Formats: sequence, structure tokens, C-alpha cells
Amino acid sequence: MSRGWPLWEVFVRSRRGLSHTHVGSLHAPDAEMALRNARDVYTRRQEGVSLWVVPSAEIVASDPGEREAFFDPADDKVYRHPTFYDVPEGVEHL
Amino acid sequence: MITPPGSSTPPLPFSSDYVLGLADDALVSAQRMSWWISRAPELEEDLALANIGLDQLGQARTLLTYAGALEGAGRTEDDLAYLRDDREFRNVWLVERPQTDFGVTIARLLVFATYQAELYAALAASSDATLAGVAGKAVKEVAYHLDHARLWTLRLGDGTEVSHERMQAALDAEWPYVDELFTPVEGALVDPASLRDAVLGRVAAVVREATLEVPDVAPTVGGGRRGLHTEHLGHLLAEMQHLHRSHPGATW
Repeated sequence: MSRGWPLWEVFVRSRRGLSHTHVGSLHAPDAEMALRNARDVYTRRQEGVSLWVVPSAEIVASDPGEREAFFDPADDKVYRHPTFYDVPEGVEHL
Repeated sequence: MITPPGSSTPPLPFSSDYVLGLADDALVSAQRMSWWISRAPELEEDLALANIGLDQLGQARTLLTYAGALEGAGRTEDDLAYLRDDREFRNVWLVERPQTDFGVTIARLLVFATYQAELYAALAASSDATLAGVAGKAVKEVAYHLDHARLWTLRLGDGTEVSHERMQAALDAEWPYVDELFTPVEGALVDPASLRDAVLGRVAAVVREATLEVPDVAPTVGGGRRGLHTEHLGHLLAEMQHLHRSHPGATW
């Protein structure tokens, strides 16, 4: 039966103000059930205030074989890091 | 939270037996639901049914504790859950029979969760602070149980030819036991008969939406509220009570 149920990726927002974070995947027959299943599988211990489910087949991923071309050129560009700014005290999520 | 009624307080408008009936419905249903753990068709459904069973168990624990306090004989929730024989249980027949068919499990949950939704809504607005408190928390839990049962009823009823047939057969199998939920009992805080129209109306709406038919079958005699049960309850209790009776006071 599992073979007939598509895979869904689950994203949980743990509290207001934070982004949804990928937490894992699950099987479900359709979107409505996927959302319910996500509630049961991933938010049993008060982990979230909001849920997203996305069909895994709809995710477009970068190719691991092209990793170097994709990511290495950023290696020597330290000026892109915001390390030259002072972070104000008390700001948790900048 | 729970205070046993002292001699100075006026007599309560309901009996400890009534509370025991509410508790036993939830306890026995939870035990049946736990059968699905490791057996559900999918891991996701396994967790969903286990969650529902745990919600029901939580309701049962508070209600059993309260029933024990009202009785005034010093019996705890464990005494009541593990040391009573089947004739002392007050649950309806609907929840005590085996539910090894997924369709039957869903059909029963649809009826039972709708009944509990109406019951707890009424209790939450009742005059008793403890029952109102338990019910107020349980209302949200039961809304989710009902949602789960409704979604599966729609998918199985309006699914394939086979799933439609099996879901209808499951409804037919459970229907004779529905009526007992509404049998008047002595010392009730919320008259079970007063819930009948609302519960049956809501269940029928889901059944029709799922392209299924409301069964037209005669109700069974029932008798659970008076301690009369089917042969299945004894087997259920043997499994549920075995550990506690073999090792009194065992904890982990």
C-alpha cells in the first residue's frame, strides 16, 4: 500500500517570527491527509504552530555533481559575509 | 482539582456510576485503539490511531479518579481500571468489541467521536466544575478524532468499489450498537437521550457525503451501563489487567 502513497516533505514553524524548517518526510494519499499525518508524526511534542507539506516530486534539487560549479566560486569572497557589522545586543534572530 | 464531596456540601445532581460510565467508554475505547499500534497499514496511521487512543486514555484517567473520589471508598484510577471485573464496568457495547478491520475502526470512531463531541460540549457548559474542566480540554482532542474519522470515511466510502463496499459493511456492523449510547441512565448530568438527534444528524451527514447509506437495522439490547457485557470485554480486560494483577503496584 505504501507504494501507492506519494511522499511529502514536511516543514514546521516552531513559533511565530521564525521560518518554516524542513523536518522530514512522510507518506500520505493526498494533501489533506498529508497535513494531518504531519501533525501526528512531527508535532506531537508541541514542536510547531504552523505546518507546510509539499509533494516531494515537486522539489527541484541542485545536482550534487555540479556542486563545485555551484558553490565553490563563493569561497574567496569574504566581503559578502556580514562580519563587518556590530550586531545589536538582544537581537536573537537577525 | 478534584475534591471529594464532604458532608457539608449539597448532594451532587449526578452519580459516581454516571462518571464511571463516561470513564469506561474512554478507557475501553483507548485499549481497543492500542491494538492498532504496529498493525496499522502505514506508520503515519499507526501514530494517528495511537495518538487518538492516548487522548482517550487521558480522559479516562481523570474521569476514573473523579469517579473514585465521588464514590468515597478510597479507590484510585488504577484500582478502578485494573481491579474491577467485567460486571463492574459501565461502558457501552460499541467500544468493547474487537476492531481488527480498519473500516470498522473508522466507522466506530466516527460514531464515538461525534457522540463524545456533543457530550463534552454539553458537559463543558454544565454546573460541575470538574466535569466541565475535563470536558473543556477533551473537546479539542475529540474534534481531531472526528476529523480523522470523517476524512477516512469520505475516502473509503467515495474511493474504489471495494473500499465503498467494505466501509458500508463496517457501518452496518457498528450500527446496531449506536442506540445504546443514548439510553437514559440514572443519575446523569447530561441526559444521553438529549444527544441523540445532534449525534445522528452529524454522523448521517458524513455518511451521505461519503456516498454511503445510513444503515436501517434494529438496535441490540445493550446493557453495558448496568454491567452486562459481550464476551469480548472479559478478554480485553484479561490483557489490560494482567500485568497489574500479576505484579501489584508495578510501575516503570
